[in-house]
Amino acid sequence: MTTTAPPRPAAPATPPSPPSPGHRVLARLLRWWRQLTAMRTALMLLFLLAVASIPGSLLPQRSLSQTNVNRYFAEYPTLARWLDRLFLFDVFSSPWFAAIYLLLFISLIGCVVPRAIEHGRSLFTPPPPVPRHLQRLPEHAELSTSLPGAAALDVVEEELRVRRFRVVRREGRSGPEVSGEKGYLRETGNVLFHLSLLALLLGLAGGKMWGYEGSILVTEGQGFCNSFQQYDTYRSGPLVSGGDLTALCVNLEDFEAVYEQNLTAASFTADISYDVDGGEPVARTIGVNDPLRLDGDRVYVTGHGYSPEFTIVLPDGTALTDLSAPFLPTDPGTLASQGVLKVPDLGTGATEQLAVEGFFAPTGVVQAGVLTSVDPRPLDPQVAVIVYAGYLGLDSGLPQSVFSLDQDQIDRGSLNEVGRANLAVGESTTLPDGTVVTFSGFKEFAAIQVSHDPGQVWVLGASIAVLAGLLGMLLVRRERVFARVIPGPDGGGTVLSVGSLTRGSADTGPRFTALIDDVGAALATRAAQGPAAAPPLSEEAPPS
Amino acid sequence: MIDESLASLSDTFFTVAVVVYSLALVAFCAELAFGRPVRSRQLVGAGAPVQGASAAAGTEPARARRLGSVAMVLTGLGLVAHAASLVTRGMSADRLPWGNMYEFSTVVVLVAVLAYLVLAVRAPQLRHIGVFVLGPVVVSLALIRMVLYVEAGPLVAALRSWWLAVHVSTATLGFGVFFVSGIVSVLYLVRSRREERAESGEVLAPSLLDRLPSAAVLDRTAHRTAVFGFPIWTFAVIAGAIWAEGAWGRFWGWDPKETWAFIAWIVYAAYLHARTTSGWRGRPSAWINVVGLAVMVFNLLYVNFVSTGLHSYAGV
Ligand code: HEM
Repeated sequence: MTTTAPPRPAAPATPPSPPSPGHRVLARLLRWWRQLTAMRTALMLLFLLAVASIPGSLLPQRSLSQTNVNRYFAEYPTLARWLDRLFLFDVFSSPWFAAIYLLLFISLIGCVVPRAIEHGRSLFTPPPPVPRHLQRLPEHAELSTSLPGAAALDVVEEELRVRRFRVVRREGRSGPEVSGEKGYLRETGNVLFHLSLLALLLGLAGGKMWGYEGSILVTEGQGFCNSFQQYDTYRSGPLVSGGDLTALCVNLEDFEAVYEQNLTAASFTADISYDVDGGEPVARTIGVNDPLRLDGDRVYVTGHGYSPEFTIVLPDGTALTDLSAPFLPTDPGTLASQGVLKVPDLGTGATEQLAVEGFFAPTGVVQAGVLTSVDPRPLDPQVAVIVYAGYLGLDSGLPQSVFSLDQDQIDRGSLNEVGRANLAVGESTTLPDGTVVTFSGFKEFAAIQVSHDPGQVWVLGASIAVLAGLLGMLLVRRERVFARVIPGPDGGGTVLSVGSLTRGSADTGPRFTALIDDVGAALATRAAQGPAAAPPLSEEAPPS
Repeated sequence: MIDESLASLSDTFFTVAVVVYSLALVAFCAELAFGRPVRSRQLVGAGAPVQGASAAAGTEPARARRLGSVAMVLTGLGLVAHAASLVTRGMSADRLPWGNMYEFSTVVVLVAVLAYLVLAVRAPQLRHIGVFVLGPVVVSLALIRMVLYVEAGPLVAALRSWWLAVHVSTATLGFGVFFVSGIVSVLYLVRSRREERAESGEVLAPSLLDRLPSAAVLDRTAHRTAVFGFPIWTFAVIAGAIWAEGAWGRFWGWDPKETWAFIAWIVYAAYLHARTTSGWRGRPSAWINVVGLAVMVFNLLYVNFVSTGLHSYAGV
């Protein structure tokens, strides 16, 4: 990893006459561009991105939990309003986060593309010529041999080729010279790393633009289709329109939660049947860590709970059966849950609406009249309910939670408590007007999420490439070895001068010493075969 | 389901590990205390690398060398007990022993000790940082035992996945390596300040710091370990994202743990860059490494204790 900026074209020479305003603007833009595309700027922006994400982890975020944000607003109303103005509850979709991200993106392009081109070119250019002052390289050694210069260089060349160097021989000022280079993979890794980082950002952005996510609570025996109207909550990218959604329908046939002895949840599985484009329904079991993956869409179980069922028999004998509503777990350990069943339509003639608000305990224990849950399994389901009659305010135009009553209606007196009771399955309570409310049983519901993120495969590919590039960059070292020969001091033989330059993170001394040892040995053998045999005279140890 | 006798054996091994590490720590301290370098300039200059006043192995009194070997052996024994504690815990619950914060942190410390031993065996001069590694190790283990301990138990449903092996093992590996790297950078900061003062001609009272490897060696060690840890960490984050796609319905959602993993990644990337950027070499880059370690610890403690994220179920 290096931080040298890519080489840039020389600045245009200033013309003698004062530059036109157009020129000046252009020059200024050019300067900004260069500053933006310097590696240093990219680094700063990366750093800034990290800093910018800190508030996103310290303050509640809407994308993670609207409830926590609401609580924060309730606790610190003034501060929250200010923070909200700075998008601090939506850090990761805020304009300033996007600005950093975008600048980083541009900066990366400007810094990587020239570098990639440069590297591409360097793959086809031979290693650079031998530097004039070989002995100034970090690693340097001299060997004397009786071989003629060209033969000594042959030996060096062979040793380098064995080590998979790319070698070129040139005629230098003082005779033949050899330059060798290897470790192109290092720069390839660098370019791959940075290009993949770009691809990753693109994949992320694309996924956000064209992706969506909807979630819904589905009670056993019920189903839903993939459309925004049906979801309890959904989020979609700006480029998604309702018509783009895959025609997918899902039915929840059965849900099962399995617990260990100590009540740790061991598994959740949902038997679903789904169909795409109105085709044949397919049965499948999905669960935690095991979603349904279709072409582009994924279906998850993200939670579960109970939907108590009620039967309401009106004084005139009309029976409304199998009324149920999902109650939200308030304690994940015991699945104690709260919710409300709203019955806006009691049938012909009824002027009033009913609501059964309550607390559901899968395994209930009543102490001093208070119901609590002690086990998440439905061993002894009980409810504590308060029944209201009056006007629910569902058509008031204001959005209403399906999990709670509109407190305004109660405060205003248009919705009144008409009874309360603790009920086990099969038990009922009779309201003053003769209506009978029976807790007839329960079903389980599953929180189902449908996600679509066309970018995620790209992001995966890009992140694997990031890792590969990183490994290349960190593990491969680029080595350059240069050698030249000069006639020996006493006129006979040759002095071979070898130097090397390494870029990488490892100790290079031993490798260079090994190379010199091998060259020395090969020179000696070669010389012994030749007429005038002489051992190497001196070897200068490389500085360690 | 839980084999209670194995579970309590695991707790015993844990205690044994802490005790043996403490003994090793004492031995390391004694080595430093008795092993004052023979303080004659000429002698040191003769065989040792010249930088600073680092003692060459040859000038080390035999007693100190013996103490050092004892300390190393004790560290190794502690490591065995430490590993045994994790293995028995895993066996007691019949699963991988890194399913909650107690186990996870214990593995991180194990990796740190292992990383230290590898360093010390490969480069004997690094043995002298033992005190500064084992000190934090003993403190961390004691805190882990006191604050994070939970009974052995089965895994929650979300963790019953093959990815637990991949993601969490690499996360601990990366964390443990960064742990050692961060400590070495702290030592570098201290040591390089001392060398600077010595170079400026100040007469320094002899100090245990003289027994540390030279600043250059410390800097290189910190960098190498971070270079080793960085790809592992990158892999751990990618593996986490792949798992999250299957478990939570999206591969990245800026959950607090994810956010801080990202921040740590950037800090370490910055450290590796800074080492090769003029103006940032040496002390400033070492500081970045220290910040990196702080971010890792923050991610472990703050995110699991204070904020509620998706990782919290794995919490205390
Ligand atoms: C993008 C996704 C993810 C990221 C970035 C991520 C990041 C991390 C990090 C940084 C750690 C180290 C712990 C620390 O420093 O505190 C960690 C540990 C852990 N991760 Fe993840 N993770 C991801 C997804 C997941 C998923 C999907 C699961 C399981 C469903 C998971 C389970 C764990 C567990 C059990 C630990 C160790 C225990 C602990 O912290 O208490 N992670 N993860």
